Amino acid sequence: MLSFFHACAILSSFVVKKYVKNNYKIYRNPKQNGGHAVSFTIIVFVKQVPDTQNITGEAMKADGTVNRAALPAIFNPEDLNALELALQLKDRYGAKVVVGTMGPPNAAEVLRDALYRGADEAVLLTDRNFAGADTLATSYALSCCAKKIGKFDLILCGRQAIDGDTAQVGPQLAEKLKIPQISYIEEVISLDKHKVKARRAIEGGYEILETPVPAMLTVIDSNDPRPPAAKKIMKFKKAITRSELVKAHAGANYTDAEALAEEEENLKTKNLWINEWNASSVDADPQRIGLAGSPTKVKKIESVVLTAADFKKIEANEQGINGLIHELIQDHTLG
Amino acid sequence: MSEKIGNVWVFIEQEGGKIADVSLELVCKGHELAKRLGVKTEAVLLGNKIRHCVDTLYHYGCDTVYLAEDKHLEPFTVLPYAKVIMDLIKEHKPNILLFGATLKGRELAPRVASEKLAGLTADCTDLQIDDFDDKVNKKFYKNKLMQIRPAFGGNIIATIVNTWDDPQMVTVREGVMKMTEPDKSRKGKLVEVKPSLSKEETIVKVIERVSKEKNVNLKGAQIIVAGGYGVGSKENFKLIYELAEALGGQVGASRAAVDAGWIDHDHQVGQTGVTVRPKLYIACGISGSIQHRAGMQEAKRIIAINSDPDAPILSVAHYGIVGDLNDIIPKMIKAYKSKV
Ligand SMILES: Cc1cc2nc3c(=O)[nH]c(=O)nc-3n(C[C@H](O)[C@H](O)[C@H](O)COP(=O)(O)OP(=O)(O)OC[C@H]3O[C@@H](n4cnc5c(N)ncnc54)[C@H](O)[C@@H]3O)c2cc1C
Ligand SMILES: Cc1cc2nc3c(=O)[nH]c(=O)nc-3n(C[C@H](O)[C@H](O)[C@H](O)COP(=O)(O)OP(=O)(O)OC[C@H]3O[C@@H](n4cnc5c(N)ncnc54)[C@H](O)[C@@H]3O)c2cc1C
Repeated sequence: MLSFFHACAILSSFVVKKYVKNNYKIYRNPKQNGGHAVSFTIIVFVKQVPDTQNITGEAMKADGTVNRAALPAIFNPEDLNALELALQLKDRYGAKVVVGTMGPPNAAEVLRDALYRGADEAVLLTDRNFAGADTLATSYALSCCAKKIGKFDLILCGRQAIDGDTAQVGPQLAEKLKIPQISYIEEVISLDKHKVKARRAIEGGYEILETPVPAMLTVIDSNDPRPPAAKKIMKFKKAITRSELVKAHAGANYTDAEALAEEEENLKTKNLWINEWNASSVDADPQRIGLAGSPTKVKKIESVVLTAADFKKIEANEQGINGLIHELIQDHTLG
Repeated sequence: MSEKIGNVWVFIEQEGGKIADVSLELVCKGHELAKRLGVKTEAVLLGNKIRHCVDTLYHYGCDTVYLAEDKHLEPFTVLPYAKVIMDLIKEHKPNILLFGATLKGRELAPRVASEKLAGLTADCTDLQIDDFDDKVNKKFYKNKLMQIRPAFGGNIIATIVNTWDDPQMVTVREGVMKMTEPDKSRKGKLVEVKPSLSKEETIVKVIERVSKEKNVNLKGAQIIVAGGYGVGSKENFKLIYELAEALGGQVGASRAAVDAGWIDHDHQVGQTGVTVRPKLYIACGISGSIQHRAGMQEAKRIIAINSDPDAPILSVAHYGIVGDLNDIIPKMIKAYKSKV
């Protein structure tokens, strides 16, 4: 073992590829993935979100909750950046990348997508009692999920989800786990068993911070997420959750527990099993999840009316433009 | 309900001893809310060697300033700030706590809210006091903070209420609350706080920090001429500069123009740039994505110049000119120069 490890280390010192970005250097060895023992565990929390850029009027229900069914569900964009960062760390240092999401059963879709891109394990946290959670209840549930996953070195989140738009879940999750947090990460400079050094965006510039691990980082749109790999799609399109397994066999004369358990074992050995946990399996306090655990209440929702009240088309000729300038000077918009 | 309610607090963000505009905006708004509730407006000011900021806070409406100075509070990092604020909350029990929805505010406030088990509403664009009749849980709350915010990528506006114990916490978008004239004769009370920080809160180290002063002040600009991907090249951005100069305005940009390297990020308007509300916004060759609109749709007058008659920007514009900006902008400059 030792000699293998040494061989790797020596080898890597020869094949390092050096590149310079923004005045500091990162040494990376693209050959390392898979080649050596897994040393880190990185959890990436990802959210399935309605595509809010193509919204239709039917997206909200009367009670103020979101009718997600009315919109196509997508992988939250910055969570793809977080996953990409985790996969880059896996390439550089060797790591097990575990993706987790809390959502309805069909949120398993984003987990499969993550497996297609290179994640190693997936967890779906789903329970009717999680519904209606604000960020406090969401971060509590995710903290229970992280504890159940076990020992980890890093948790990565996207900075912000494009539906709730709060950017609060990452920092709150870090507080729940009593670990340090760094938001707005662009790049990890180095990671070892004791600390992580990373570069992040600040107002008008950047900052390089160092923190002990385990730590929580939120990632911004700062890298190009790798696409799903064809080979992995072929394999992991068969990866399913327990609910999906049960559903697939519903109706068939194949619903007895024993047969299902056998199928489950079979999928597990093939690494095609997506863990599905509910509130009690992660030991979540029922008073701290879902609506019960949410201090904020939505009182009212209004749709934004986009059209300006008084639209005026201006002809793109001299006369039209002269008229416009005249009007703006008259009403003191231009002075 | 007859219980005495706590005060309105504003977290004061400062960088190198200069108070962020958003914090002064919030002091003004906080003062208005406090008057409505019959309580005091109080500031929480953290950093090192920042005592000179205190008087300004009185001038804008603070009755009390809690000042915590410590070498671990400069430069800003989340953990020690959260600890000091949390200790203050426990001691004084404020009713409302406002943060700017800046990069700092949006990483700090959630950490504090999580520990306090308080609700936190993000990125508010309006705050009001009203009663809340929670019909679902059959509870009536008097004089609650109505926390109004856009969500869902700006497509909806939600009014959110915090129903748990105080404080009611929010982050508020920059540039939306009005700053009132400071009253230089106003005085207040200084309360010095001794931060009790341990190793636990000082484990995150700042190794390097590069931050340059912004060389544009879009937030304060009355007239903004903004260029997008339709401008076509870096060279062609000079057209945008020429129009801005002629009209006495500042230059803004869409993210596509920034990403193309035609102009600095300081000029970016939108969700990940600056939010502006000038008297006049002229969008040239900008399609009007929801992220861009989020930063400019509050402008009093919007002119959109776009070659595409179906560009979404036209639906938020007051004046639309469909055509080639290369042709239209020179005409505008000429028209303006001949009129004044
Ligand atoms: C209109 C509207 C307004 C709202 N306003 C507020 C508000 O002001 N305050 C409040 O507390 N709640 C609010 N909520 C509720 C909030 O959207 C939910 O709590 C949501 O579960 C998490 O918040 P977010 O979408 O803002 O995520 P963010 O905090 O923006 O997400 C940041 C990151 O956390 C991770 N993450 C978030 N959710 C999950 C998940 N379910 N599974 C895995 N990872 C996840 C992802 O990595 C994500 O990129 C609002 C909801 C709606 C519909
Ligand atoms: C998380 C996130 C955050 C974002 N934040 C921001 C943000 O803060 N600010 C921002 O701006 N964007 C932001 N974006 C990007 C945004 O989605 C759009 O991609 C961007 O605003 C497009 O810029 P644009 O309108 O200049 O370019 P395009 O969409 O390419 O539009 C160019 C326009 O120019 C017109 N045009 C072309 N030639 C001419 C001509 N000769 N004369 C006149 N018109 C012409 C075209 O008809 C078109 O409408 C964000 C995106 C994401 C996902």
